[in-house]
Amino acid sequence: MELIAITLFDGLVMGLLLFMLSSGLTLIFSMMGVLNFAHASFYMLGAYFGFQISQSIGFWPALVIAPIIVGIAGALVERYGLRRVHKYGHVPELIFTFGLALVIEEFVNFVWGRDQKPFQEPDSLHFALFHLHGYAFPAYKVFMIFVAVGIFLVLLTILTRTRIGLVIQAALSHPETVQNLGHNVPLVFMGVFGVGTALAGLAGVIAGPALGTFPGMAFLLGSIVFVTIVVGGLGSLWGALIASLLIGWLQTFAASYNLRFADILTALGFTRPLRIADSVFRDLWTLTLPQIGPILPYFVMVLVLAIRPQGLFGKREL
Amino acid sequence: MTIAPTSDRQPQDTLTGSQWRAALPWLIAFALLLALPFVFRSSSAITVMNQMAITVIFALSYNMLLGQGGMLSFGHAVYMGLGGFFAVHVMNTLLVPLPLLPLFGGLFGLIFAIIVGAFSTRRAGTVFAMISLGVGELVAASSIIIVSFFGGEAGVKGDRTEAPAFLGINFASQTQVYYLIAAWMFLSALAMYLFTRTPAGRMANAVRDNEERAEFLGYSQRTVRFMSFCAAGFFAGIAGALIAINFEILTEENLNLTSSGVILLVTFLGGVGFFIGPIVGAVAFTLLQSVLSLQTDLWQLYVGLLFLLAVMFFPGGLTGVLAMHGPAWRHGKLGLLTVPYLKLTAVVVTGILAAACFLEILFHVRHASVGENTMRLFKLTIDTHAVWPWLATGGVALICLALANRLAPDVKAAWDAANLPAKGSARR
Repeated sequence: MELIAITLFDGLVMGLLLFMLSSGLTLIFSMMGVLNFAHASFYMLGAYFGFQISQSIGFWPALVIAPIIVGIAGALVERYGLRRVHKYGHVPELIFTFGLALVIEEFVNFVWGRDQKPFQEPDSLHFALFHLHGYAFPAYKVFMIFVAVGIFLVLLTILTRTRIGLVIQAALSHPETVQNLGHNVPLVFMGVFGVGTALAGLAGVIAGPALGTFPGMAFLLGSIVFVTIVVGGLGSLWGALIASLLIGWLQTFAASYNLRFADILTALGFTRPLRIADSVFRDLWTLTLPQIGPILPYFVMVLVLAIRPQGLFGKREL
Repeated sequence: MTIAPTSDRQPQDTLTGSQWRAALPWLIAFALLLALPFVFRSSSAITVMNQMAITVIFALSYNMLLGQGGMLSFGHAVYMGLGGFFAVHVMNTLLVPLPLLPLFGGLFGLIFAIIVGAFSTRRAGTVFAMISLGVGELVAASSIIIVSFFGGEAGVKGDRTEAPAFLGINFASQTQVYYLIAAWMFLSALAMYLFTRTPAGRMANAVRDNEERAEFLGYSQRTVRFMSFCAAGFFAGIAGALIAINFEILTEENLNLTSSGVILLVTFLGGVGFFIGPIVGAVAFTLLQSVLSLQTDLWQLYVGLLFLLAVMFFPGGLTGVLAMHGPAWRHGKLGLLTVPYLKLTAVVVTGILAAACFLEILFHVRHASVGENTMRLFKLTIDTHAVWPWLATGGVALICLALANRLAPDVKAAWDAANLPAKGSARR
């Protein structure tokens, strides 16, 4: 029972972290039709900028300043890179963001080196908020939850209750019409791209101390974020939230329940071969759930794409 | 787009005697492949050439998807890797002579492509790209788990010399391996070229350009894509088997996302619009990689930047840039461009070198051990803590940037002048 509660909690933190990335990405994706492969790289930049700033003036200013820098960088990339490539079509755009991800990773290697940085959470959050069956819930993780939920509420309000949000929503599906009505759609694109990357940067500052700040952090999360927006459906904030939570829980539950396939096979009436090392099926017998945990999200994504290409909550196909 | 009015799916023999002109490039390539080991004799050169030839096959097979079929794949290395792993296992049975091994690799790649293609080719575009990414991640992650086939993190090793001898050849020397790989490269490239001339290959282009219209003509876009996809999987498997023969080991690195990304980069740099593009890209990239990675730790940064700039300024790749000059060449006005091009090239090359030197010095200062203040750069010994190297390299780079900006209008004017008569008189 306590294992379920703890895993639920960890999965919630993981899922909400994914949501901070996927919320920006799903808006960018549905607006420009471009999968931003570099989105997780902006998340990594956020972590590194946050680390650098917190070294000199502390964590709390870094939490504000680093996402702003990342957002400005993102807006500049859109203005001077993506917009230039846009006229060549979608494939060069995708390839551009792919190359950008490579360059950002090499840039991080260049500036900060290949080893993990000692990015710590602030002392004011370095305590256990409450205990459950001897498991201490860190205050920092609760703080992560609050930030993510706050972002969700703010985004939802802006998108559905304000004029800018209405323009953005309209530009998602009918950019030409919105342009004809006199709105500056390229500016809207740049703004959405900037805000989306700033959110990724914020996620980076928050996740840096919890998950580690190292050059592989973008690669680790990059493909998973795609899974969440594809599963959730394009341009749907609710879809992104629910898919993120789903993937977060899927991964944490798979990691914490040591289910062995040998037990299932035995229950189904198979007998374990005596000379297991020679058997062709030896991997089936030694497989455990934590081992296959990392591939489950991709399995879900391929299934969703093959059966329902518009995702769980999407209104149109990719 | 001309489509053969005869029944579809009927491969036509287009290489008849009257079209010897079409065969000429292939004859030249054949002679070149035969002669290369006599020109570049060192074993390191042959190693590079072997790798180049394998990359050529892989890039050509990738371009069957991207360039000819309009399918952007982020997981094409899967088919190469799976074909390679299967080939190593076949090689270890000691039953199959080495020259036939690529056939087994290709067939395994084909089988897996049939399975994946059955559900992934329904749509092109982002759906296809995402499925390929998902399948790529699935297979790469499974390759760590399924030890009996993939050998876990250590990979699967083989020994090509223990395979049954073929006509008395045991492939112990690098040159013998080169001729084996070159022969397979020639055959594969020829087969892939001929595929583009078949109705199936033509329909792949039609579906790429306008899938709706192709459907109205009575073709199923899904079937057309599926055929290209399977063929691409087959040739990727051949490339994988050649990796098994050349390196005698396959690991997870041969099928992961990074390999898939690299081949996308190679194909795009060469140019997706022409059949020869991926070949140019593979040759250029392998050379660049083997030269740069020996010279500098920062080579991946340079390659990444090159890639970004290429997408931004030359979306047609290297061959696209060359093809842009076709009209000027036909009008005999290419001479107008020579002087502005030479000027611009001199400025750009100097600027890039200076910028690279600046980066190298910066990198050295950040990452060298404390107290080590000197570095060697192009046979010069430089004190990295003095001011002048920074000023010199940074200054030259900035001056070149400004000069390039100044020269750009001249080049543009020369370009317009060279292409002027192309508007009215040229056919295309």
